[in-house]
Amino acid sequence: MTPEVGTLPYYWDLVIHSLGPIALGGLTGTIPLSLVTFAVGLVIAIVIALMRLSGSRVLRGIARVYVSIIRGTPMLVQLFVVFYGLPSLGITLNPWPSAIIALSLNVGGYASEVVRAAILAVPRGQWEAGYTIGMTTGQAMRRIVLPQAARVSVPPLSNTFISLVKDTSLASVILVTELFREAQQIAAASSEFLVLYIEAAVVYWFICMLLAAGQSAIEKRLDRYVAHA
Amino acid sequence: MSPTPENASRADAPRAAPRLAVRGLHKSFGAHEVLRGIDLEVGVGRVVVLIGPSGSGKTTLLRCLNALEIADSGTVRIDELEVDFSQPVGKARITRLRRSSAMVFQHYNLFPHKTVLENIIEGPVQVQKRSVAEATAEADALLEKVGLADKRDVYPFRLSGGQQQRVGIARALALRPNVILFDEPTSALDPELVGDVLGVMQALAREGWTMVVVTHELAFARQVADEVLFLDGGEIVERGHPQQLFTEPREARTRQFLSRILNPLD
Repeated sequence: MTPEVGTLPYYWDLVIHSLGPIALGGLTGTIPLSLVTFAVGLVIAIVIALMRLSGSRVLRGIARVYVSIIRGTPMLVQLFVVFYGLPSLGITLNPWPSAIIALSLNVGGYASEVVRAAILAVPRGQWEAGYTIGMTTGQAMRRIVLPQAARVSVPPLSNTFISLVKDTSLASVILVTELFREAQQIAAASSEFLVLYIEAAVVYWFICMLLAAGQSAIEKRLDRYVAHA
Repeated sequence: MSPTPENASRADAPRAAPRLAVRGLHKSFGAHEVLRGIDLEVGVGRVVVLIGPSGSGKTTLLRCLNALEIADSGTVRIDELEVDFSQPVGKARITRLRRSSAMVFQHYNLFPHKTVLENIIEGPVQVQKRSVAEATAEADALLEKVGLADKRDVYPFRLSGGQQQRVGIARALALRPNVILFDEPTSALDPELVGDVLGVMQALAREGWTMVVVTHELAFARQVADEVLFLDGGEIVERGHPQQLFTEPREARTRQFLSRILNPLD
């Protein structure tokens, strides 16, 4: 017995039945896409940050132009260039690889500024202490400076990650099956747009609250060597 | 086994040669000439103390010895390794020069993300490629020596300034350096904590470590130094045995400096 359209039991039924596919879209689409993209993006960010801090004018220039392009163009356009544009060059990628490439290049650009600022925030005396125990610049960076920079960059990088989770919804336009695309499809089939999109919003909100809790846990762990005021 | 100057100096130059020799060292920051031709020799197991007013160049001199500042000209030799700063010096050579010495900083500069033990074994394990077990055993002996055996597993922020500085000294010793450079090691400490650090330094001098010390602690210089150098305006104005330099300084500038330090209210 299906409830009559427009009644409360009807909406309740709709929400309960769509929650499964939407949550599954989150679990198999949004969350893995966010994690993979963030991991790749972080590697890009560290490389770009090191380039911007390097002694080579050429590397600094390349990194600056990269960040400028990433920050100066919409993410949606970047996705379209990779997914719909590259085939003109004979490079045809499936939705998933396209989304991973475009989103991680984007995250890498933004996060590189966070990483760079965090590296610069480590006091000069830490470098010097590394040098005086015989370290090369690379060793001092890896063993002394980056671990301390990591602590400083957790809050801003958490922001970047939370933004990324929401930005993965853009991947729905290049046909990646994720949370928002599931919601769109059910909404189109049932014509209950308000209910489904609010439902999608609530699921995103729930995921982001979990992430915020995770951020506090990481900060607490990294704080074990910092004096508490 | 605790490191001793004997095993620290196995690759010794001929007995007579000084451990550290500096010739004609010049250094400018922009138009300001901070070092105007410094000559200096430190024999094996000797303690040389640099004194002088602030801005006299003593800290810069110390930092040129391990290339934290790159001198404009002149040479620095530690045992067999001589670096001529009149010519461009490659990174590898600078790293080698740095590995001949160790430094104790005014503000300790311990690694805040590492425990006391990890601070001490970082150089031996990561740079000198010694085993963790060996480095740890040696670090424990060093912590015993500086009186902090019970602090080996805590993070630096839990330590007082004096304790942090003694860890800084242990970290330097663990490298088995040919020369230990001290950059105003007690200047940032509360007065009641100065004695502990100076005591450790005095013990090191007795053990025969080769030390170059920038300090304002004249009592330490008098008791421990083999030679005291008075710097002013980027040059060594006077040098001598502490007894002579403190009681009968030859130069007017030395006398003036000493009287200002000994009678600050006059």
